[in-house]
Amino acid sequence: MTNPNGRFGIHGGQYIPETLMNAVIELEKAYDHYKNDPEFNRELTELFNEYAGRPSRLYYAEKMTKDLGGAKIYLKREDLNHTGAHKINNVLGQALLAKKMGKTRLIAETGAGQHGVATATAAALMGMECVVFMGEEDTKRQALNVYRMRLLGAEVIPVKTGTATLKDAVSEAMREWTSRIDDTHYCLGSVMGPHPFPTIVRDFQAVISKEIKEQILEKENRLPDAVIACVGGGSNAIGTFYNFIEDKDVKLIGCEAAGRGIDGFETAATINTGRVGIFHGMKSYFCQDEYGQIAPVYSISAGLDYPGIGPEHAHLHDIGRAQYVPVTDDEAVNAFEYLAKTEGIIPAIESAHAVAHAIKIAPQMSKDQIIVITISGRGDKDCAAIARYRGEDIHE
Amino acid sequence: MSNIYKAFENKKAFIPFITCGDPDVETTKAVIKEAVKNGADLVEIGIPFSDPTAEGPVIQGANLRALTGGITTDKVFDMVKDLRKEITVPMVFMTYANVVFSYGSEKFISTCHNIGIDGIILPDVPFEEKEEFLDLCGKYDVDLISLIAPTSENRIAMIAKEAKGFIYVVSSLGVTGTRSEIKTDLKSIVKVIKENTDVPCAIGFGISTPEQAGKMAEISDGAIVGSAIIKILEKYGKDAAPYVGEYVKSMKEAIDLLQ
Repeated sequence: MTNPNGRFGIHGGQYIPETLMNAVIELEKAYDHYKNDPEFNRELTELFNEYAGRPSRLYYAEKMTKDLGGAKIYLKREDLNHTGAHKINNVLGQALLAKKMGKTRLIAETGAGQHGVATATAAALMGMECVVFMGEEDTKRQALNVYRMRLLGAEVIPVKTGTATLKDAVSEAMREWTSRIDDTHYCLGSVMGPHPFPTIVRDFQAVISKEIKEQILEKENRLPDAVIACVGGGSNAIGTFYNFIEDKDVKLIGCEAAGRGIDGFETAATINTGRVGIFHGMKSYFCQDEYGQIAPVYSISAGLDYPGIGPEHAHLHDIGRAQYVPVTDDEAVNAFEYLAKTEGIIPAIESAHAVAHAIKIAPQMSKDQIIVITISGRGDKDCAAIARYRGEDIHE
Repeated sequence: MSNIYKAFENKKAFIPFITCGDPDVETTKAVIKEAVKNGADLVEIGIPFSDPTAEGPVIQGANLRALTGGITTDKVFDMVKDLRKEITVPMVFMTYANVVFSYGSEKFISTCHNIGIDGIILPDVPFEEKEEFLDLCGKYDVDLISLIAPTSENRIAMIAKEAKGFIYVVSSLGVTGTRSEIKTDLKSIVKVIKENTDVPCAIGFGISTPEQAGKMAEISDGAIVGSAIIKILEKYGKDAAPYVGEYVKSMKEAIDLLQ
């Protein structure tokens, strides 16, 4: 899908300062070499299987299926990975690549803290220095994850600029990378930013759809009718979609965070409310005002609270191959509680956006149809926030 | 060809950077007039962006103040149109790709031509992405300014060969901001540039004192100063114009001593 210059249709590209150009060219060269290197792939598979606990289960949600009375529902359990989310897939890949490139220091941005924790974990495992940039607002909302990162040996830098959330953490990590390139790799957490990041991160996350395909063929002897995942930057979604893109009968559905609804300003639904722009190294869809100023976005989910979307998603949207639907805070919270009560699985509030959409469409589908929902992470981190959303005064 | 070459004709150029609308348009106007009166050879006007990823804390602050004050691209255009009635030195915009793209690239660049803007600096548009705006810049005679960084190495010749207007040489790694010492081997960067083009090159990022400006202008064709001027605006707000004028004068004198 990627053109040589990192374009997905009109999207993607490398809109970054000249200072970083040789760094991304070096990264691209290294990646092109190692992605086909049997030794690199052997080491990565070993890390995936022995350390992260792959393959993750494809679980038949029988109670949910019966309750909704329509399509058969399977859950891809990325929440069962080490560190509790799909983020570890990408991080292990990038950390291994960085190490092969002779880098000794990883920097990363994080929103809710999942990618920061995953990066700190990989850095600890591989004996690398680690610095994580996190919006000051988010460090307050996710204090436990800040502690977790420090426990793993990382330095956490609260970012005070702008809205003090994920987009500002990305900007600050980019600034830091500009000032220290020799020994530092920027371990970007999603399928966004300048080429080659959207391709690298997608390739490391594609293991999700590779496994889904094998597992569903084994269990059902056929492909699913739809795969559903939540989308912020879009890494678990592209991981879920990628190996199905050529299977035209499999619907690809991304669930965007609509926040308080796509008719107001308190939303993070990029495809549904944004327009094409250039930001954070890429051309894609962004929430912005009429003069191109990036809009402050909102979602209950810190992991989806980002004003842009990865360029490959923007392209899949343009060509009509994938569908991007808005899911509100309310719907996500209901789905969070529903999955806990129905299947005994507490999903991340991000993943609950995907569950919410499945709850909407499954009853309209026939019993011989199949839906796969990717549960991108576990929801322990969200329990206090959801309790507060329901009016209970719980603090970590 | 734009008028940018005039800033470097038989002299070393002093180039102040001013964020438009910090704290308001009237102040920006007064500051630019004072700067030109005191010897600025080319004026770089920043159109604020919500997320200026190439800027350090000082210019980030200026962007935020200006946006909070209600500045928009259209208001910046109006100001320049007004200034052009009095000011003849070349003026360039410095902003981010999305500000141009979202306005409609053709509408933005043709307006630049109409109001007398000679060039555009886009720090998030490297050589590989300049096609995005290059044809339109050619069509409307607005130079798309190229940047060269300490990490450019094998890319310097390629960038220099296609450069227009002037080349912005980034003095240090990282983002904009004042620095006590500039360590990059700028002499050898400038040497490679000169081997590949006649387009003048000016050095920016981290310059604040007359001594630094003198040193930078000695090894290149001019010095660009941003954060140090923004700091004066931070300090004096709406009364900043005479202080900026005084500062520009001291910088220009240091540069002129070389000739």
